[in-house]
Amino acid sequence: MLQEVAKAAVDMAPIAKLGAALAASIAVIGAAMGISKIGSSALESMARQPEAAGNIQTSMILAAAFVEGVSLFAVVVCLLVAVA
Amino acid sequence: MIFLMKIWKYIISLSFLMCLLFGTQDIAFAESETKEEFKAGEVIIEHILDSYEWHICTWKGHHIGFYLPCIVFNEGKCYTFSSKVFHENEVYKTVNKTNSEELVFAIPHEGNYKGKIVIVNADGTQKRPFDISITKNVLALFISCTLIIILFYLVTKAYKERGEREPKGLQSLFEWLIVYVRDDIARKAINEKSVDKYLPYLVTVFFFIFINNLLGLIPIFPFGANITGNIAVTAVLALFTFFITNLLGNKEYYKDIFNTPGVPWFLKFPLPLMPIIETVGCFTKPFVLAIRLFANITAGHIVVLGFISSIFIVAQISVAGGVGMSVFSLILAIFVDVIEILVAYIQAYVFTLLSALYFGMASKEHHH
Repeated sequence: MLQEVAKAAVDMAPIAKLGAALAASIAVIGAAMGISKIGSSALESMARQPEAAGNIQTSMILAAAFVEGVSLFAVVVCLLVAVA
Repeated sequence: MIFLMKIWKYIISLSFLMCLLFGTQDIAFAESETKEEFKAGEVIIEHILDSYEWHICTWKGHHIGFYLPCIVFNEGKCYTFSSKVFHENEVYKTVNKTNSEELVFAIPHEGNYKGKIVIVNADGTQKRPFDISITKNVLALFISCTLIIILFYLVTKAYKERGEREPKGLQSLFEWLIVYVRDDIARKAINEKSVDKYLPYLVTVFFFIFINNLLGLIPIFPFGANITGNIAVTAVLALFTFFITNLLGNKEYYKDIFNTPGVPWFLKFPLPLMPIIETVGCFTKPFVLAIRLFANITAGHIVVLGFISSIFIVAQISVAGGVGMSVFSLILAIFVDVIEILVAYIQAYVFTLLSALYFGMASKEHHH
């Protein structure tokens, strides 16, 4: 019985790919939450002070690029697991 | 064209209908028995990675593309051959120039050195020689750097001829971007005294990344190689930023790393925690720059390739379904391509801005 369980546990490659796919989706959720918070606060402050809209827009794009970069680390790791 | 735009509603509904009705039926089953299966994962990975040949397309079974030269060094002697030899046979046997024995080159399909040239020793072990072959990315870099040099030579020639007059033509296209990098990126981040030291590098790296990102999106022959999506290229750019920051940093900068002001002494003296944290941060910053650029550009290419591959995946089930799917896939792929143009600019901007910020932190004046 234990030997059967041990033999069945050896081939984990498909489960690894499943784990990689799930991890990539969770990373996307994190990125989406972060970028939406940035976007909403930027829109709110642009509405409060329309003269600063140019500045705020630049900072918003910059901060969104950072958050996206972090989520892409996770995507790179998942790619490594899925194809290697 | 205008006619097509007027009847777009009918085109979309017709393709949707074709997908739904014929998506699961086999209309052309005689053809699909003899064709080989379309493996989407392999096709996408093949377009992202570097390779020893430049494969343009496959027309009716004929492989159109050209084979690039391989240049390897083994024990000090140089061996050059075309990568065509790896298509006719699996291995390439030649004479070792130092001891006149047989030397076997091969490209293994799995293992550590998958896809790269190795020397297979007599006992089966693989050794990777010093490999400076002209691969697809190297050739694409040559092409794009020639293009960049020509463009900028024309711009500087225009400045010399026109002097203080208003810019015209190509010069006016580039002047906007160069002034943007100088005023909104460099002068905002670095103090007045030291901006001019760093400005040439910042302008170079901005245009290098921007133009290479854009050229990677064009699928026609001399462009379309995934240059900035290659971790080696982005790592070298990040290394440049790292060396320039640390070699040109002034004493203030090193004092801030090893003896951070405003931090209590017990974090520095018996166990130098603060210097360790600052040094690790000093190394992760360029690493993060490299990974951010690489992952953004590669992810964009994979998304576009995925949309186009989905046409072929549906077409394997039925040809009419593939036709219907192609309308949707093309619309989505064009949409993602437009986003990729924006991402190309944003990634160049973020890389340059962060490099400017690091230079600014490294050459900060002492506040009185």
